[in-house]
Amino acid sequence: MDNLRQKAKELLESKTVNLVIGYENGTNGKARAVFITDPEKTGKLIYDERCKQNLAVYLNKHEVKHYGKIAIVAPLMVMRSILVLVSECQVKKENIVALGIGEDGSLLDFPSLEVVEKYVAKIPLGNPQSDQEILDKLNAMTMEQRRAFWQNELERCFKCYACRAACPMCYCLRCTVECNQPQWISAPAHPLGNLEWHMLRTMHLTGRCVSCGDCGRACPLNIPIHLLTMQQAEEAFHMFGVRAGTSMKAESALSTYKPDDKENFIL
Amino acid sequence: MEQFEPKLVAFVCNWCTYAGADLTGTSRIKYATNVRIIRFPCTGRIDFMLISKAFANGADGVIVSGCHPNDCHYTSGNFHARRRWMSFNAMLTFMGIDPDRIIFSWVSAAEGAKWADVVNQSVEQIRKLGPFTEYQKLVQSGIEEENFNG
Amino acid sequence: MTPEKKIIDRVALDKLYESLKAAGNKMFAPVFRNEQTDFEYNPNASEISYNHIQTTQSVKNTVFPKIENLFRFESSQKGVDLLNIDFTKVPRVVVWNAHPCDAAAFSALDSVFNWDFKDEIYNSRREKLAVIGMSCIKADENCFCTSVDLNPGSVKGSDILLTPLANGTYLAEILTEQGKAIADANASLFTASNGENKEEVLAKVEKQFDHSKVTENLANGFENPFWHEFSLRCIGCGACAYVCPICTCFDIQDESKAGNGRRLRCWDSCGFGLFTLHTSGHNPREIQSQRWRQRVMHKFSYQPDRNEFIGCVGCGRCSRACPVDMNILEQLVALEKLEVAK
Repeated sequence: MDNLRQKAKELLESKTVNLVIGYENGTNGKARAVFITDPEKTGKLIYDERCKQNLAVYLNKHEVKHYGKIAIVAPLMVMRSILVLVSECQVKKENIVALGIGEDGSLLDFPSLEVVEKYVAKIPLGNPQSDQEILDKLNAMTMEQRRAFWQNELERCFKCYACRAACPMCYCLRCTVECNQPQWISAPAHPLGNLEWHMLRTMHLTGRCVSCGDCGRACPLNIPIHLLTMQQAEEAFHMFGVRAGTSMKAESALSTYKPDDKENFIL
Repeated sequence: MEQFEPKLVAFVCNWCTYAGADLTGTSRIKYATNVRIIRFPCTGRIDFMLISKAFANGADGVIVSGCHPNDCHYTSGNFHARRRWMSFNAMLTFMGIDPDRIIFSWVSAAEGAKWADVVNQSVEQIRKLGPFTEYQKLVQSGIEEENFNG
Repeated sequence: MTPEKKIIDRVALDKLYESLKAAGNKMFAPVFRNEQTDFEYNPNASEISYNHIQTTQSVKNTVFPKIENLFRFESSQKGVDLLNIDFTKVPRVVVWNAHPCDAAAFSALDSVFNWDFKDEIYNSRREKLAVIGMSCIKADENCFCTSVDLNPGSVKGSDILLTPLANGTYLAEILTEQGKAIADANASLFTASNGENKEEVLAKVEKQFDHSKVTENLANGFENPFWHEFSLRCIGCGACAYVCPICTCFDIQDESKAGNGRRLRCWDSCGFGLFTLHTSGHNPREIQSQRWRQRVMHKFSYQPDRNEFIGCVGCGRCSRACPVDMNILEQLVALEKLEVAK
């Protein structure tokens, strides 16, 4: 933790960056995001198991972009999100300094995002084990059971869009659900509207989701919507052999193709 | 009891399947009349939202069809579409929505007979599945005022 | 009417619930499910939670549902017919086991929906609503009702307010004619009270700030750097507004097929970027700090000025629901101490 604070301080003092995004102690024992511009305040930074929010969500925020060069505390999911955002031309790689956090919580030295790519390449990627176990259970169910499961979960949704807001990849200024000429998907939070919304979110994140689980954590109604995108992340890997957030150059699974993609259902 | 006549929507590409369906007609091949064809510039344009819209509006089944791989008028539209359909299929399966209600096929401009087969086969498949009542229930539910006793 | 005090025991309480349900009321009561406590329509008496601190959502759903069908329309060659919905048919609803903060929120909703325009749909639901409140014997660090002129035993908004006493029975304060009608119809379930004191069992909630000072500071703090600094973390979702018992903003959505359809009123939030986006493309609240400011200003400056109530009952739901720890209490305490140029 001292290394992290020291490094953040140096970056701000040397004016290498204008802002450090990290975690601090929030209210009632929670950890939360903190935005530091003053090198003297880097003592606020913390990193522990409570620090789960995917901070990369802020990189595209108008007010944050305004700061120019930014250092960001980056555990694996944040590293991967940054790589996706760079590959989708949402942030400039020269504007980001990743304060990498290793699996053991130690500070990693990343002089550039290319080094981040190399680091990510060495780590086995996939869904968090606890979530994968739930996915395996769901996949073992019958179609009818899964339908009942999702219908029961999704009909509670009241469309606060916390899932969208918490996701670093949901950066569109105008989301499809808000395009109303024509109205592509039903906006009201009735069962059809909710199903269409969650299908839309899942499809638009297929091949782009880094399985951070923040959509599910953000949901105030505890709907396990992160399972949808996590399942698709696995599917994309099995079908197309790619995982999101491993390279700054790769296009996402659905914006590219191979002439010999294998399927077994097209007549 | 009267036989259930399913309603199918077919989203087809202009260059292959639409022309193929034309050939079915000019070849005087008869096929099931349960399908309504909607022409698109390319399968690459066929978004999954079109399919969900079709179901929301009462379709019992959907056919999506375009040029065979390597034959796309725009080189790669159908390759992109294929990945999208694969992902969509996987997602529907995971959400418990029967992907058998959507039939994907490649039908070229020369395959008039294949188009008739695809349609006939699809109509039979959807007829067996019956009306898509689960989805229609979803469409009609959720607004308490329409059912004050609910 | 003069409030009356009675006693009801735990067994009789369940009977009262069943009796109200059997009388044709739709019961809206808290249930623990999906790892959280939230209100549901018509749960079984045995499912109802009595030991939670706060439910995830408020009770505004009963009078201001997340989707309200305002009317239907049908078009033909002659033109368009508007088909009104018969709101005299809305069911009688009993909110069961609502905390005093929730019960008090109804009076704020009443003023909003009857301020300049009388919202008949809201009123037709409201007229058929009864509120059985439950005083709080526990609170947590997100609760701050005492800072906004309420307390864990406030009677405001309840028709009957129950307070769980130390001996396992409940003190029932019958506060309104409607409450009296309910108590009279179930008279055998109640026994006479013996001067029991509810104050000693109520949760202790320390007053954290002076809301009039907050209102005063807000009046001069529109351009304060506070907003930028305190809202950088905000990701702009609508969770706070949707769980809030007083947030009433809505959006209108038309849904139609072949010219026939319905017009729906759906919850909306001032936290969304599109909320104020003009057709021209101009957005007067372009960035999140302005939207966050609007939320706080509306509740603690505009509503006290215009509607003469504070748009907050201190239930703390927004702080609990927020995915990024935008804690309203922390911010209000900071706003009270804010140094502003007069």
